[in-house]
Amino acid sequence: MKTNSDFFPLTEVATRFVNQLAQCRRLGLTVQEASEHHVLIELPYSQDIIGYPDTGVIHGGVITTLIDTACGTAVVCAILKKYQSLELSPTLDLRVDYMKPAEPHKSVYAFAECYRLSSSVAFTRAIAYQDSIDEPIAHAVGSFMRISPEMVGEEFRQALMGNLPGAKS
Amino acid sequence: MSEPSKIDPAKGLDVQDVVKRAIELNDYSYLLEKVPYSQFIGMSVARFGDEMVFRLPAKDDNIGNPILPAIHGGVIAGFMEMSAIVQLMVFMQAKKVPKIVDFSIDYLRAGLHQDTFAECKITRQGRRVANVSINCWQTNRKQLIATARAHFLLD
Repeated sequence: MKTNSDFFPLTEVATRFVNQLAQCRRLGLTVQEASEHHVLIELPYSQDIIGYPDTGVIHGGVITTLIDTACGTAVVCAILKKYQSLELSPTLDLRVDYMKPAEPHKSVYAFAECYRLSSSVAFTRAIAYQDSIDEPIAHAVGSFMRISPEMVGEEFRQALMGNLPGAKS
Repeated sequence: MSEPSKIDPAKGLDVQDVVKRAIELNDYSYLLEKVPYSQFIGMSVARFGDEMVFRLPAKDDNIGNPILPAIHGGVIAGFMEMSAIVQLMVFMQAKKVPKIVDFSIDYLRAGLHQDTFAECKITRQGRRVANVSINCWQTNRKQLIATARAHFLLD
């Protein structure tokens, strides 16, 4: 899948954010698109993340990690656009419904959106799929706690925002 | 040591046999070794009578939030999900790996960069669906870092 990041100006920030998370680097997650409204992340298939050795299907926990990351990134993007500030919101809860197993040897994509941003909680939903978003592997909803921008360290802010235009520190 | 990540999915695996051997040997690492994802996050298990306690050792690769640092929420969820699967397989002598239907987790506090533990309770076991609740803690069993509920399809 090839996407034009010009259309989605937050792709760069979202990519930097995801790359800061060790587990996400280990899984090889890549941000395909990111805007104030949505995030699309790809999880490549690998032998290491198989949960069902009899079939080669990946573990549900990896899907959860992908979705948690996508939803969290969507929150970062939504807050960044709305308040021009960087906040890292911890997950409050997450519910994942598994529709069907992921097919082996194929990437899984997660499309996440932050559909409501209140003063203290961010509400998100996500769909994980392979060939088509109309044939989902999993549906999820999650809520995230907002914390003050001061909680984000300067080092982390630099890693994400360093020399990027359009964001005040 | 076998190479768990080199499993050939086409060759298949006799799940019932693996579970039986794990119970006979009283060595559940034998079971976990067969699942690449459990090796990926590094989890292990100990059995005390009828109780099983699952352990996720502190591991740099499992970090999500690098500032605290804290374990990635998804890893905690995956660890808890895998714990529930093993608990079900052992106590049901499963022929197949139970399939996850849904998983709902509440994060109560940050999972710090240290050893993490989980225990599972099979709340209900019907013919086709099992309900499992999972608790997860670090330093103190009474100070949970996360709780979760999950449904699994058994057939």
